[in-house]
Amino acid sequence: MSSPWSRTVSRRMLCLLTAGGLALTLAACGDGDNAAQSGGKVKITVTGQPPTSQPFERSVFDADVKEFEAAHPNIDIDPHEGFMDPKTFSAKLAGGQLEDVYYVYFTDPAQIIARHQAADITEAAKSVPHINDIKPELLDNFRDASGKLYGLPTMNYTMGLLYSKPLFQKAGLDPNKPPQTWDEVRDAAKKISALGNGVVGYADYSKNNQGGWHLTGWLYSMGGDIARKDGDKWVADFNNDKGKKALQYLHDMRWTDNSMGAKQLLEATDVQRMMGSGQLGMYMAAPDNVPVLVKQFNGKYEDYGIAGMPGGEGTLLGGEGYMVNPKASPEKIKAGLEWIQWKYLNPDRFEKHIQQYVDGKQPVGLPAEPTPDVWTGTVREQQLALKAKYANVPAQNFQSYVDTTSKIKGSIEPPNAQQIYAALDSVMQAVLTDQNANIDQQLSSAESKVNSVLAQVK
Amino acid sequence: MSSPRSSSLLAWPATSSSRARRPAVSQEDRRRTRLKRKLKENLTAYGLLCAALVVFALFSWYPIVRGVLLSFQQVDFVNAPTWVGFDNFAKLFEDPLFGVAWRNTLLFTGLALVFGFAVPFLTAVLLNEIRHAKAFFRLAVYLPVMLPPVVTALMWKWFYDPGPGLFNSALGAVGLPGGQWLDSSGTAMLSLVFVSTWANMGSTTLIYLAALGTIPGELYEAAELDGAGLWKRLRHVTFPQTRFVLLVLLLLQVVATMQVFTEPYVMTGGGPDDSTVTVLLLLYRYAFVYNDFGSASAMSLLLFVALGVFSAWYVRLTRKADQS
Repeated sequence: MSSPWSRTVSRRMLCLLTAGGLALTLAACGDGDNAAQSGGKVKITVTGQPPTSQPFERSVFDADVKEFEAAHPNIDIDPHEGFMDPKTFSAKLAGGQLEDVYYVYFTDPAQIIARHQAADITEAAKSVPHINDIKPELLDNFRDASGKLYGLPTMNYTMGLLYSKPLFQKAGLDPNKPPQTWDEVRDAAKKISALGNGVVGYADYSKNNQGGWHLTGWLYSMGGDIARKDGDKWVADFNNDKGKKALQYLHDMRWTDNSMGAKQLLEATDVQRMMGSGQLGMYMAAPDNVPVLVKQFNGKYEDYGIAGMPGGEGTLLGGEGYMVNPKASPEKIKAGLEWIQWKYLNPDRFEKHIQQYVDGKQPVGLPAEPTPDVWTGTVREQQLALKAKYANVPAQNFQSYVDTTSKIKGSIEPPNAQQIYAALDSVMQAVLTDQNANIDQQLSSAESKVNSVLAQVK
Repeated sequence: MSSPRSSSLLAWPATSSSRARRPAVSQEDRRRTRLKRKLKENLTAYGLLCAALVVFALFSWYPIVRGVLLSFQQVDFVNAPTWVGFDNFAKLFEDPLFGVAWRNTLLFTGLALVFGFAVPFLTAVLLNEIRHAKAFFRLAVYLPVMLPPVVTALMWKWFYDPGPGLFNSALGAVGLPGGQWLDSSGTAMLSLVFVSTWANMGSTTLIYLAALGTIPGELYEAAELDGAGLWKRLRHVTFPQTRFVLLVLLLLQVVATMQVFTEPYVMTGGGPDDSTVTVLLLLYRYAFVYNDFGSASAMSLLLFVALGVFSAWYVRLTRKADQS
């Protein structure tokens, strides 16, 4: 039995422990920047390390970190798992936990720059090798109005039309001649959905900002636009014939042809599931969707083809890149740019990188990974030749896409893209869920919403 | 076992003569000593209380105060916040979705009251009447509450699927046409209310059951002797006896349903055609899609004020009703 004295002591100990625990918690809440320079070494934290659920990609990344550190003894890389999570971005920045080099989608740089959440790398980037071989429109995505540079693109895609070759065959369509116009898409969708058994001819997104994103793709494909510059202001530019035409196609395919299925409010994962399970004929997508379909649904590369964007008047350019923490020191900025260039923008490592994919039995020859199409001129030629040399997927399935994208106009996403896409989601939803949707009214209402978003663009 | 201190207290001389032999102690000094003694005795308790207060201050009150301040600021988390006055509120009022979100939220709350208030009460009355397998039925009613909200939402999403979903398959089996459920702006909100009612009615039913259990059986017996039927027994015994619980739950339900988020976020994303965009869903978009924490905080402040005003009005109204 414990005495009252010992009980008092144990209570005091408990109090002290509680107070100590609190103090530790508070200390842990403080600035987590422990990447100080030590012994002349610069330590940088970087995002982009693939999760352990992707063992191949993870092993390539980790091997690259080791190789980079060996080649750059003055730089220490501290890789962090994951890519861009808008839900935690601001919290990490506020808590001093944002990595020195962080991943972004093409939709985000404009807002990040406007909020001063990225470091100005204009001067430091001048010494980055091959920077002039990168497509200028991709670099522009990381510039502010005065031309200052805040990030580097590392991956780029252009939208096309992904289709199921077996369903084309079953529906009596030529799987080697994918549709080139929206009328042809409509006809093919009708034939595919006529197969019955819940097969859907064409599907499109309309949820979580992805509807707006794809509607932008539709408009670009018809030579239209989402926003245009009017003097020094941005204004909505889709409440016109082209906007109406795009929505009319969607409406007619959904309600007149019944080729888009009854279930709407879809997003990428829903549509990929439909395509992966052999229930969908076509959807608008970039080539990076193909490995997802093959890996997640035990599919075959031979079963999927990608056509260039129907309509042929333009396509949406998207992608990803890296930006640098605004609180990073000049040494860290320099080290960060060295890492980005060495890892992602390095023509000298093209062949080695492709070889890693070949050895790992990963797809080579798709117009996507392992060497994304951010290049122009001779570097692009060099990359295409290497990919053709090592190709292990049927390159002819993607030929229509490659041929078209090099010819048609590629436009990047509008400013404040996520907000605009949220506003346009409802237009997509209206035409896909309401047979009597008034397209003019929908466009006009979306125009006022988008104009209020664009009024905030600086 | 008594401590040395308590034994000395017991030995304290109580006679006036012995008190006189000691130096005079003022009332004030005695009060101070007593206070010191009490503080000493409860030191551990105060220590633990302080820890709890610090945790509350840090994780509950500070975020609330910071949220209110944020409503009037523009923040980028890199530079110091800029004071912008009512700009964030003005921006919200200009957003065409702002009014839609409030309208939808009020619609959801209204529908949730109709179903979520009446259904659990009737279920509780029925469960109260059941003589056999009471525990089983109570567990069956409470079971949905144990499912994580996201699981519930995903499960119902499949029930509502206009293709091979449970409801449409069942309707098809008996030759009836299927519904569009979540895929039509006319039915989407009602579909969400069903999910919410189904998921949450277990807790409410249990509270009603507990309240019903406190009603003395004699009251019903007396009513029955007086010839009261089921409706009269409900009206003259059950309702008046459970009135307090009903009123508190009504308040709690309005406060909870005005903050609906999971169902529209997981099941519809606010669609179709913005028909299920709620205040919290729009707030979420401002914070985590547009990264505009100032406007998101302004929106949460407006919701907080609206619910605060409603609660105060409601409490006043019920007090008045009590007095009359």
